[in-house]
Amino acid sequence: MSGHASNNPDPKTAVLWDTEYHGHDVISTRSLGFFMYLLSDGMLFATLFAAYGVLSYQHSYFGGPTPADFVKPWYTFSQTIALFLSVLAYGMGMTALKRRSRGGLINGLLGAFVLGALFLVLDVHDVMDLASHGITVATSGGTSAFIILTQVHAAHIFFGLLWILVMIYQVLRLGFTTDTVGRLLSLRMFWHFQAVIWVFVYIFVYLWGYMS
Amino acid sequence: MLVDLPGGWNPLLGRLAWSQIPYDNPILAPLFVAVVLGGIAIVALITYYGKWGYLWKEWLTTVDHKKLGVMYIIIGLVMLFRGFVDGMMIRTQQAWAVGPDSSGVFGALHGYLTPFHYGQVYTAHGLIMILLAATPLLVGFMNIIVPIQIGARDMAYPYLNALGLWITAAGAALIMASLFIGNFAHNGWFGYAPIFEIQYSPGVGVDYWMWTLQLLALGTTLGGINLLVTIIKMRAPGMTWFRLPIFVWASLSANIIALTSFPALQVALGLVAADRYLGAHFFTAGLGGNLMLYTNLFWIWGHPEVYFVILPAFGMMSEIFPVFSEKPLFGYITMVLASFAIAGVSWLVWLHHFFTMGAGPDVNSFFSVATMLVGIPTGVKVFNWAFTMYRGRLTFTAAMLWALGALFLLLIGGLTGMMLAIPAINYMVHNSVFVIAHFHSMLLVIVYAVFGSVIFWFPKVFGFKLDEFWAKTMFWLFTGGTVLVFVPMYMLGFMGMTRRLDYVFNTNWHPYLLVMEGGIVVYTLSVFAFFVLLYVSIRDRVKNRVGADAWGTSRSLEWLTHSPVPFYNFAVTPHVNARDEAAWRRANGIAAVQPAKYVDIHMPNNTPVALYIGALTFVLGFALTWRIWWLCLASLVAIIVLMIVRSYRGDPGYIVTAAELERMEREAIARERQVDGSAGEPVVGGAPAVGRPAMAYERSDLPKTSTPPSMGPGAHH
Repeated sequence: MSGHASNNPDPKTAVLWDTEYHGHDVISTRSLGFFMYLLSDGMLFATLFAAYGVLSYQHSYFGGPTPADFVKPWYTFSQTIALFLSVLAYGMGMTALKRRSRGGLINGLLGAFVLGALFLVLDVHDVMDLASHGITVATSGGTSAFIILTQVHAAHIFFGLLWILVMIYQVLRLGFTTDTVGRLLSLRMFWHFQAVIWVFVYIFVYLWGYMS
Repeated sequence: MLVDLPGGWNPLLGRLAWSQIPYDNPILAPLFVAVVLGGIAIVALITYYGKWGYLWKEWLTTVDHKKLGVMYIIIGLVMLFRGFVDGMMIRTQQAWAVGPDSSGVFGALHGYLTPFHYGQVYTAHGLIMILLAATPLLVGFMNIIVPIQIGARDMAYPYLNALGLWITAAGAALIMASLFIGNFAHNGWFGYAPIFEIQYSPGVGVDYWMWTLQLLALGTTLGGINLLVTIIKMRAPGMTWFRLPIFVWASLSANIIALTSFPALQVALGLVAADRYLGAHFFTAGLGGNLMLYTNLFWIWGHPEVYFVILPAFGMMSEIFPVFSEKPLFGYITMVLASFAIAGVSWLVWLHHFFTMGAGPDVNSFFSVATMLVGIPTGVKVFNWAFTMYRGRLTFTAAMLWALGALFLLLIGGLTGMMLAIPAINYMVHNSVFVIAHFHSMLLVIVYAVFGSVIFWFPKVFGFKLDEFWAKTMFWLFTGGTVLVFVPMYMLGFMGMTRRLDYVFNTNWHPYLLVMEGGIVVYTLSVFAFFVLLYVSIRDRVKNRVGADAWGTSRSLEWLTHSPVPFYNFAVTPHVNARDEAAWRRANGIAAVQPAKYVDIHMPNNTPVALYIGALTFVLGFALTWRIWWLCLASLVAIIVLMIVRSYRGDPGYIVTAAELERMEREAIARERQVDGSAGEPVVGGAPAVGRPAMAYERSDLPKTSTPPSMGPGAHH
């Protein structure tokens, strides 16, 4: 790997132009780029967790309700199960892709969509329930951090669901092309990523908040 | 949940009303007339010369990384000018409004700017110079140069590249709109909690500031991903990691910073938005908010951002010094390590922006030591450049002068930075103009490196050199301005003058402020010199045409292809044999060897979708600023729909056939032979490349029609 002059090839016999070179692999290039986007998304969540950490002291709730008062761990556990099953369904879809089974893939995506939508419905219901008890982003610094962090994650679910619908349509219309297969792989990364984030949200925001 | 707004709001126009147009402002109203007349003149000229089709086909819809880079640089230069005018206004106010006897006009008690207007001017100056001048200029150069330096045809994602440009342009448009519709933030470019909260800043200024920054952060993140993947995936055969030109390494380290740090800014501003729009209490004084949380979050991005802009500038200097010293860069490996060390340490120093927060001696000591650590890799770089020049055959071209100026400024800015890294000193000069002088020295390193690069790479992009005399005149004028403005500023900092004064109470400082005003006049002359430089160079372009190797002593891969660079960069992908490939081929007398044969190449199609999405992000930012909810929803939905439609259609690209390629190459070679005679007869030679299995299994054999490629699913696994 060293670039010392002694390692340079003989100029008389060196290859100068490479007509055989066909460039980069499209799918792996796109996957790498999407992985990098996920890294930056991870930093986004890291920053939100840091903000939550700073705003989860007793005084951050300004004498108002704290997560210990309003978190329902079993309710949120049901969300967790819905989300993990959604990821599992997506994974089943991807094994169908390896078998080149379009129907299997669509079934997997549909399963992932329904379970993800269930998660989102439970989440929205939870937020509205909190609001009916007067717990909103405007209640205190602590509840601001709690709600914004959990709802930024929910927004990821929303856009993921939209993406799943788009992919169902594209696979039905276009079949397995470089574009669609590459996108299915990126969406798989995204769907796993948001589930990993959810693990942190569930443990550090819901459970920890409930315990404190 | 939405906050109660002071002032009017209606469902159709949000907060927008006639009273928000500053038609009675004696500075803005004439400016608005001038801008409208200028805009009409430009539109009329384009129509008169019938250039709309050309503009649309060749520029607005392009995905060519060189044209996108040129547009980034044009945005950067225009905004650099706007930021300079803001700077001039600040200097003039401070030179005028000194002491209780100073006069006042235009409604100001002293000077000519009211405190509220003055606050907007310095906020805009800071934001524009960092994010709309330095950043687009550097991103533009990375866009143009990096793909050619690694032997690629384009960036990894040409469409995403166009998207990044148009989102950046939308950010620029949004901050310009704030001049004439409503007002801009007055809380400084980095903002202070809780003054940017809705109770204390009820106007739209903070919203303009916030959404402009969000757009720029988005555009830069997209560009960062693109450059990283390009460098990792698109290198020509033989371009191993340790043959990468240093500018590519600098871009790589800088974009790792961009990718990881910009989300922190987006979150910080997103939380400000939650406070201002939803009534949240992240940064409020009371109800559990935490003011210093904002400052920490902002600078967790802010300091890495500083190195995001300085590292590419270091890369540019590393390209310029060797060419005009006729020596390889000294200490290549240490240069790479130093770049990454700076990038790594950039994450550990943010607190030095507010040692006075009161985090205690342990925290301050940690960040003090971490800040001083930056001096080590930076020192390595300075010595490497010095040893590159040591016993070199120096030619003091204009580009070299700018690079040398950058080196001197880095020394001044770096050493004052070491002073500021000591908390005890920092407490004394905190928020004084000493700090301002320090970071202007550092940011001027970037400006110097950028102007050096404009001169250095201009012939590569446009095929002719800039006029040396006027480039040097501009350099000396600019340097005179720098000395006259910033030396007194350092002195005033020691005397205790604080930053952002719209009224200077101490009349003893007046002479210094007048010298600085003189410096601004000299700066203005250098701006005129720049315009003359452009005019003279374009007028004499035929005389100044260059061949592939514009400087005759060039080193890296971009100097192997023609000047101006054809849209496909290299007709045949070069095979890289040495670290300084162009220098190696020239030394061995094979610089003129052309490919033995040509093969079909695949290029991406132009698309207007990126332009549309960019325009819609502007609409979204504007609608959010003015709280026009229906327009927010409509533009957001339109963006998503456009993305989905684009993804459904895809881009099959098109094929440039071998025959077509050969014809264009022959023309380019003939043109270059007329210029410098050095290219000689097109010789073919070099050993044939060893055959290898094709990596891109789908696109190389694409049909010449525009149907999307369809293939079996098994091919991917």
